[in-house]
Amino acid sequence: MNDERIREKLSILADAAKYDVSCASSGSKRKNDNKGLGDASNGICHTYTEDGRCVSLLKILLTNHCIFDCAYCVSRKSNDIKRAAFTVQEVVDLTMNFYRRNYIEGLFLSSGIFKDADYTMERLVRIAKKLRTEHKFNGYIHLKSIPGASDELMREAGLYADRLSVNLELPTEAGLKLLAPDKNQKDMIKPMNFIKNEIILRKEEKTLFKKAPLFAPAGQSTQMVIGATPENDQQILYTANHFYNSFNLKRVYYSGYVPVSNDNRLPGLSSAVPMVRENRLYQADWLMRFYGFNVREIVDQQNPHLDLDIDPKLSWAIRNMQYFPVDINKADLQMILRVPGIGLQSAQKLVSARKFGKLNWENLKAMGIAINRARYFITCNSQDFERRELSGTKIKQFILAESQSKYLKQKPNQLSLF
Amino acid sequence: MTILEYDGTFEGLLTVVFEVYEHKLGLVKVCREGITQQVFFDDKRSIASNAAKANRVLKGLTQRLSAGGVQRLYAAHLSEILGEEDNLLGFIRYAFSSSEAVESDYGNKYVNRVSEVIKMVRREKHRMEAFVRFQKMADGIFYASVEPDFNVLPLILPHFKKRYADQRWIIYDLKRAYGIYYDLNEVEFVQLDFASGTQYNKTIISSYSEDEMLYQALWKDYFKHVNIPARKNTKLHLQHIPKRYWKHLTEKF
Ligand code: SF4
Repeated sequence: MNDERIREKLSILADAAKYDVSCASSGSKRKNDNKGLGDASNGICHTYTEDGRCVSLLKILLTNHCIFDCAYCVSRKSNDIKRAAFTVQEVVDLTMNFYRRNYIEGLFLSSGIFKDADYTMERLVRIAKKLRTEHKFNGYIHLKSIPGASDELMREAGLYADRLSVNLELPTEAGLKLLAPDKNQKDMIKPMNFIKNEIILRKEEKTLFKKAPLFAPAGQSTQMVIGATPENDQQILYTANHFYNSFNLKRVYYSGYVPVSNDNRLPGLSSAVPMVRENRLYQADWLMRFYGFNVREIVDQQNPHLDLDIDPKLSWAIRNMQYFPVDINKADLQMILRVPGIGLQSAQKLVSARKFGKLNWENLKAMGIAINRARYFITCNSQDFERRELSGTKIKQFILAESQSKYLKQKPNQLSLF
Repeated sequence: MTILEYDGTFEGLLTVVFEVYEHKLGLVKVCREGITQQVFFDDKRSIASNAAKANRVLKGLTQRLSAGGVQRLYAAHLSEILGEEDNLLGFIRYAFSSSEAVESDYGNKYVNRVSEVIKMVRREKHRMEAFVRFQKMADGIFYASVEPDFNVLPLILPHFKKRYADQRWIIYDLKRAYGIYYDLNEVEFVQLDFASGTQYNKTIISSYSEDEMLYQALWKDYFKHVNIPARKNTKLHLQHIPKRYWKHLTEKF
């Protein structure tokens, strides 16, 4: 192997793949039963990029040659950039050697389309197959399906990969028409449907025959680019919700558009990446998946946009003050999860701890609850509670004032969940 | 108050618990040997580890705690935080004194504190599972050195044994001067002479396998190229990988 050449290829093809945000490597349960290399269970972030994103997988394109011309993509046909392509063996060697050194949890492979969909997909599948069968590799493999690939290849892909994904790319068909004229949603929905049905089928088989092969055990996910087209948050979240429900997706990823072109259909090269908005979308997504919120409670006709200055849970709470305050010692878990300042873990902790005795502010604080937010919405075993009849707007002001002074003291642009 | 000195092992701590009950000691302070502060008025006793006594306590605990409860106490003990023994003892006494399962009684200060310590140790365990960077040696062994905040090698052992079943490897804790070595069958605890020497780095690098430098370079290239400069966020980056870990991270040195 020519050292310089392989280094150059890796630089080009990692560069081209980095805009795909998903890096999850969790949700699979592939075990190392054959005394081979690796396992895939709970994803580990082995390192973090300087922008604070988790690096868990070797995320590369097989090639950045592409016959399509999607406006938001660096690899688009009309873009004048250096092109490169790995051989099947090169990707296998990189994956094995990175994995052996504990750099990564596995491989996330996608590709530009060269020649046609099947020709490209066939190579992706060949890499996965080689890793699994020749090298006894049990680490995580995520393959991004090429829209338009045949069912045959998709089925084979599912046998070797832990996760398959088909990127929706843009939240609406109209957006797609505008920016990715070579693509249409039908081409994406077809393979998503196929994967969904195949997963269900294999699960049924599995209950009959223990030894039935795994099919994409970590399920499927998708991604949308945010801020390249004018959709509002309501459209985006309704689309996400629809795909969660109709295709059993494990994850929807929202990728703030990073300007890569001065195409006049797109935000200009100097526009900022919509990072706060992206973060709010992820928070909203969590509310739907883990906190029992219906998408309509988060955004609707009256509130088509997520608040940028406060998180969507707080935002919901101050619009719905009629539910508060809740008594922390009595309310059910579902309601406690809706209190701003109380996360999943502390909600569960609180519910098990109160069986032993009534909880007061001290206890709540010790359990890691953000009292400065929660106090407007709860009562506990104490005479001390918010007695003023505060309006939602007022509460928002108080909380913002407090967090702004904190914000100024530290952490200038840190983003976190709740 | 009685000061109880022990050898710092988990077995030793359980022996201490045994003695506390055996001699009905009320107010006690538990210290590791060698780090007891000067005492003037207090009574001080040395407790020698005793497997039989420890086992009796272990048996009692297994009955009182949920499955995995003892394992969690063990993890908390591995924090080796100064004075943490008193909280562990407080927790154990509470567990023995109550007829209920107390582990989720976070309103109790010992229970809450122990759960916090466990969380800290677990976090370090996860960090090590992530941050170990093996370097391939000419003899085929994959070697990594680490300096974790807590003594977590015993906790990460099963993970690495399962995952890297087909390669020989060593993970060495430079701070605590011991390591774990997997020989394709079993994992054993080892001590390496060269690891304390001044020539440490040179010795390691001169024993690299032929392709080690290339893969390190490739990994560094990769790390550089997945970064999106337009999204730079140093605070967040440092929060995830505090500087003290950089020394052993290939992409950072
Ligand atoms: S098909 Fe994929 S790689 Fe090709 S231009 Fe479109 S988004 Fe980019």
